[in-house]
Amino acid sequence: MMNCREAVKLMSEEMDHDLSGGRRWSLRLHLLICLGCRNYRRQLSFLRQACRHEVAVDDTPPPAPPPN
Amino acid sequence: MTLNARGRADPGPSPAAGSRTLPAAAAGIAAEMAGFQREMLRFAVLQLRDQASAEDAVQEAMLAALQGADRFAERAKLKTWVFSILRNKIVDIIRRRVREPSYQAPETEIDDADFDPLFSANGHWHSDSRPADWGDPEKSFENQRFWAVFDGCLNRLPAATARVFMMREMLGLETDEICTELAMSSNNCWVVLHRARMGLRMCLDQQWFNAGEQTR
Repeated sequence: MMNCREAVKLMSEEMDHDLSGGRRWSLRLHLLICLGCRNYRRQLSFLRQACRHEVAVDDTPPPAPPPN
Repeated sequence: MTLNARGRADPGPSPAAGSRTLPAAAAGIAAEMAGFQREMLRFAVLQLRDQASAEDAVQEAMLAALQGADRFAERAKLKTWVFSILRNKIVDIIRRRVREPSYQAPETEIDDADFDPLFSANGHWHSDSRPADWGDPEKSFENQRFWAVFDGCLNRLPAATARVFMMREMLGLETDEICTELAMSSNNCWVVLHRARMGLRMCLDQQWFNAGEQTR
């Protein structure tokens, strides 16, 4: 059975590439029973969101273009 | 440099542009860029950890944007476009740094034993380090103080580790591109990213989500 220490490593890896079937499955099983790791996983996606937020997200309309 | 200090270009040939004349659209773009120049600088400083190189990157990006002003039709996405130029400038600087003798490889900052205090001997979370629910963390995005804490946490990461993390999450590079640029194995790359995420998560947990800061 996978432990939390292995699970956090896999949760980070899955942010960067697809996990192989076996590892993905073991992680899923672990997450079913581990609330701490489920929280961790949500927090990892939050970190990604926060970083994307740092990079200019153009959510405000720019001022009207000046007349040329 | 005059372009940076005033945030706009002179109508005539400016010292920044050398002897080249800027396209007609440049003046409008310069004025708009001035509005997010500080954001650009903050973004570059975070990643380069060096004010001078960050200023260079921002100035080069702004100049490139001005020179390419005529090619840029979709003004609605100006900021995105300028930031993508800035991202490339930052990657160029990182690329040059990797070749310097003083370059420190991210792998040298890794020590898995650093995480020992978080886990029991069987590899499960200690009860006091088990990640708790952060509630609705996205609400913090609206809070200026959150971003100060976030930047502080990024700055606390070891420099090379932070660089890999930001190349991945802020510059948006794939891990194999990062591996190539930094001459690392994919496995090392993942280990470094894992360490960065662990560190950043823990720092935010302590400094923000558990400090009761976000509800103030």
